[in-house]
Amino acid sequence: MTGSGPVRPTGSAEDGVMRVLLSSVPSDAHTWNLVFLQLALEQAGIRVRNLGACVPTSSLLDAVDDWRPDVVVISTVNGHGYPDGRHLIGEFRARPSSRSIPIVIGGKLGIAGASDRHRIRELVRLGFDAVFPDDSDFVELESFLRSLPTTTAGAMRSERGPAC
Amino acid sequence: MLTYPSASFGGYVDSAYRSGDLVVQPRMGFSAPETMRRGLIEVRRSGVPTVGTITLDSYTRTGDYQALRRALDDGVSLNGFPIVTYPHEVTASVLEGVWSSEFPVQVRHGCPLPEDIFAAISDLGLDASEGGPVSYCLPYSRVPLEDSIEAWARACERFAATSGRGVLPHVESFGGCMLGQLCPPSLLLALTVLEGIFFRAHGLTSVSLSYAQQTHPEQDLEALTALRRLGQEFLSDIDWHTVVYAYMGVYPFERLAAEALLRDAAELAVRGGARRLLVKTPAEAHRIPTIAENVRSLRLAAAAAAEVGNAGTSGIRRETGIYEEAGALIEAVLELGEDPGTALGRAFERGLLDVPYCLHPDNPGRARSYVDETGRLRWASVGAMPIGQVADTREITGSDLLASLYYVQRKYDRRASHEACVKPEGIEPGEI
Repeated sequence: MTGSGPVRPTGSAEDGVMRVLLSSVPSDAHTWNLVFLQLALEQAGIRVRNLGACVPTSSLLDAVDDWRPDVVVISTVNGHGYPDGRHLIGEFRARPSSRSIPIVIGGKLGIAGASDRHRIRELVRLGFDAVFPDDSDFVELESFLRSLPTTTAGAMRSERGPAC
Repeated sequence: MLTYPSASFGGYVDSAYRSGDLVVQPRMGFSAPETMRRGLIEVRRSGVPTVGTITLDSYTRTGDYQALRRALDDGVSLNGFPIVTYPHEVTASVLEGVWSSEFPVQVRHGCPLPEDIFAAISDLGLDASEGGPVSYCLPYSRVPLEDSIEAWARACERFAATSGRGVLPHVESFGGCMLGQLCPPSLLLALTVLEGIFFRAHGLTSVSLSYAQQTHPEQDLEALTALRRLGQEFLSDIDWHTVVYAYMGVYPFERLAAEALLRDAAELAVRGGARRLLVKTPAEAHRIPTIAENVRSLRLAAAAAAEVGNAGTSGIRRETGIYEEAGALIEAVLELGEDPGTALGRAFERGLLDVPYCLHPDNPGRARSYVDETGRLRWASVGAMPIGQVADTREITGSDLLASLYYVQRKYDRRASHEACVKPEGIEPGEI
């Protein structure tokens, strides 16, 4: 790591670098997933603001208003991702300031090991732009981010490190 | 209501040590009082030198008593024992006849604002708990560090006041764990010693200092030896001992691998002069362990410890400066204020303490660490911590982090599958 710590954004919105707001859900105290994603996203040339664990939905929405990220990435591994994600996306899409911001969720979303297609579809129907169950890898998230409109994804550095 | 044991937690651990025994201890908490009682009874009957544990549930840890009440009313099982919510008669019925001078019981929780918990423990006359203002705040919560420091000060003072009733209250610092893995030994030592100093400042006269097994046996042994030296220097006027936590990071998947890791933890504890060991179970990688699995781990750890005890100990081959680094951190923090709590708060504000990869808003977040090619845990960046020159400040990528996080799991799983291949006669079909 060079320069900033995990919770401190650097630079400005004007320099063309894609900005990802990274967060967990209110009930999840795990952080290694968030630390890994921050490092991997930074390695891919993306600027990250990492809100950490146990983030109340109101704090997440405040951070969206404050920082205006290009994308919001929610990562959770405590098995409450489906209920917490449903609640979160309702508030996120109901608010004019976050209505049109892309948001994805991933991790260990349910307490059963395997992912549940029905629940994934429901999270998408409720407003998530993508859902990454725990058998997904980082490359899938990165590809999704690259597929976003050029105002955001086009700003990612073309040269990148090895896939994780 | 309860018959108080005549011996104390600290006293029990001390007398076990004098008889050459390592005390082994589970992590165990159930919401149903009868299950909690059965768990304690079976641990007590395990036939090894042990103390009981009551681990609290996560609603109690976060102070969400409404959700806890709802869950209990709905008949939902909690992930621990809700000692604050149950009437004291219920907890007393769990302990009656089990908790004794021969079987101390410690309450473990994980709460940054622990006043309700210590009030319950104090009312019940229990004499042992654990945690700390830094170690229970930074890794698992968003509670401001300052609030945790103040709450822990008040909780410790209340708990310490029970000494007037013939109890010797004991608190174990969880500072030797910090995120479970990838916190270099010198910082773990500094934090647990500083929390010990904090406990003493708030009236406690019996504490334990912790160290979680990390990635390299020799480095761990050096760390544990340094921890005892620091304890002698900074806490010589009170009762203290050192406790080892079996590996707290990503656990091996294979049962034989998990058992080998636990045996290594027991060996580390004995060789490093620790008096107590918190065990893990092979089930840990998959789910919360059962009572029987906990008992099995206690016996395994005790047997491994006894073997090392008979074989004698050997010294450290190479000193790498863990003692000096930890000492420098402790001294730098204590210079920031007369009151250890104030000093701890200032230290994080100024970056003199900085837990690698910890996302808490009050952690400076500049320090980084990694597991090097020899398996030792090292600094990649020390931020503003006063621990001198770090030879190879390096950038840590996502893949570096994954390699470090899974280092122990891979090492032990690989070794176990190799041994299974070369010595198949020792293994029953389906065991691995």
